[in-house]
Amino acid sequence: MADIVNRIEGRGCVVRGSDIDTDRIIPARFLRCVTFDGLGEHAFEDDREQAKGDHALDKEQYAGANVLIVGENFGCGSSREHAPQSLMRAGFDVFVGESFAEIFAGNCTALGLPCVTLAGDDLATLMDSVELDPEQTVAVDLESRTVTSRAGTMEANVRDGTRKALLEGTWNATAVLVEAGETIEATAARLPYVNGFAN
Amino acid sequence: MTSPSSLFDKVWQAHAVRELPDGQTQLFIGLHLIHEVTSPQAFAMLNEMGLPVRFPQQTFATVDHIIPTDSQVRPLADGLAEQMLVALEKNCRDNGITLFDPASGNQGVVHVIGPELGLTQPGMTVACGDSHTSTHGAFGAIAFGIGTSQVRDVLATQCLAMAKPKVRRIDVEGTLGGGVYAKDVILHIIRRLGVKGGVGHAYEYAGDVIEAMTMEERLTVCNMSIEGGARVGYINPDDTAVEYLRGREYAPKGEAFDRAADWWRSIASDAEASYDDRVTFAGSDISPTVTWGIHPGHALGVAENIPQLTAVPDDERPGYAEALEYMGLRQGEAVAGTKIDVAFIGSCTNGRISDLREAAKVAQKGHVAPGIRTFVVPGSQAVARQAEEEGLDEIFKAAGFDWREPGCSMCLAMNPDKLIGRELCASSSNRNFKGRQGSPTGRTMLMSPAMVAAAAIRGEVTDVREVL
Repeated sequence: MADIVNRIEGRGCVVRGSDIDTDRIIPARFLRCVTFDGLGEHAFEDDREQAKGDHALDKEQYAGANVLIVGENFGCGSSREHAPQSLMRAGFDVFVGESFAEIFAGNCTALGLPCVTLAGDDLATLMDSVELDPEQTVAVDLESRTVTSRAGTMEANVRDGTRKALLEGTWNATAVLVEAGETIEATAARLPYVNGFAN
Repeated sequence: MTSPSSLFDKVWQAHAVRELPDGQTQLFIGLHLIHEVTSPQAFAMLNEMGLPVRFPQQTFATVDHIIPTDSQVRPLADGLAEQMLVALEKNCRDNGITLFDPASGNQGVVHVIGPELGLTQPGMTVACGDSHTSTHGAFGAIAFGIGTSQVRDVLATQCLAMAKPKVRRIDVEGTLGGGVYAKDVILHIIRRLGVKGGVGHAYEYAGDVIEAMTMEERLTVCNMSIEGGARVGYINPDDTAVEYLRGREYAPKGEAFDRAADWWRSIASDAEASYDDRVTFAGSDISPTVTWGIHPGHALGVAENIPQLTAVPDDERPGYAEALEYMGLRQGEAVAGTKIDVAFIGSCTNGRISDLREAAKVAQKGHVAPGIRTFVVPGSQAVARQAEEEGLDEIFKAAGFDWREPGCSMCLAMNPDKLIGRELCASSSNRNFKGRQGSPTGRTMLMSPAMVAAAAIRGEVTDVREVL
């Protein structure tokens, strides 16, 4: 069993822009490693360098934030789990956005980090609110499928299977998959290629 | 009589172990490919959980992302790269997994060697800790890119927990014009359907143009499915796929091959299969295509002009403006004639023998323009051997191109092959993201290998049809 993930609250950090890819979240040169340790400090490194202190992750008002608020198609591109690993190690526990790339969202679930989506208008309102008032608490609640802030309580979407896995603490898939036992071997035995089409 | 099904449904059903309590499917994975970047942490997690590798004979490894393309002599000059390779060697040795390292003669980019060794076959499920795993769908396999925790899942159980996606059928009808390649077809599809158009979908590619393609061309198309947001892309197996596999090292032999071919054909989508969505393109509408921006959907026919911001939908305008600024290009300008600094031919998208042949045809029409750095990187040792046997390496060298050893190289620049500063690279790879090719400010324009060769000899983005 993994931990139950339901309600996460804390301060928000707004990273605007669509189609932010995993190369930007963690540039490939930091993938030269055999553990995920130390990736946190390199999150968005090149974007931050180019923004010269003006990147959300460098702004003082967002220091200590644990709710990352992003735009559309966040995490597109490479399947590198190093991306959510680096954001997790930079202190983020949950992602709120308009939409997420599929592999990124799956990698987040495997780490117990929810990716929840809001309707475009709601997201814009939340972003404006958090930018104006970064001290406020943003609460993401999976049970009630809501995101609550001073901008109000908004209806959030999260994939049913993902939500269930997080709420029931079954997001460590290995532990769940192992439970299938010999059914795995039985399935393999039915596939003609597994024994080289011997008969 | 079962109702007509798509290949996707047939393969999914054949591999379903059980429905999981959260509603997802536990899916058996027939072929697991691993490499040095996304596997070491997975083995560490496995050890922590005290679990063995459950089906080591269904897992194969190679080294591609970090391998240098000048000298592959050990120890590698980059200590971190050497450490990753040592970890992979140890994990494979300890767990009885076959490793195709440079000494094996079969090393190469994971998505190049799987097909060429006959490991990838129709009707399989394939997983690899790399988003371009969709490549293997060219055979009619269902192939997923996965993260490292999922690599652990597959090592431990040979299964993944997956939600079943929708299936979109994409027909490309008619024929392609001269100088238009598989790369142009997929860039055109992504341009039209968008970089997130495929999220939640598997793409089934079909139609006259796809059916007429060789296996290598099909691999190029399926490779970039993920750039359109689709985690899976596939093509129904036919005679082209069957004949490609005949005689390959890991393909069945003799009577077993005949049994395999029957099963492979039976797994193809039925004529009356239904799809969640269908889209049709005309091959004649596709021209040599290049990207001008910072994702693969920022693509244009080479004769077109970069869009005016006023002509772009409101919600896309900020992204277009950001792309123009990063690339240093101006709205309304012709994309042809953009000066380049570097030319890269290679990658899992376009590092196969046919890609090198097409690029060499263009290379022999001229010489690399002054001041342009070039990298020609075969996708595998087998591709390199074949190219050298055909004398392609000599054609490239005579034209001033740098002929390298196999690896992922400048597609993602985890090895020493990198852009410097704001260099602009004409590249046959798959991603033009900011900083993708190793310099945080480096710039990438994606195109076919023949177009890259044309850009190298002219020193600027060039319509390859003018050179052929």
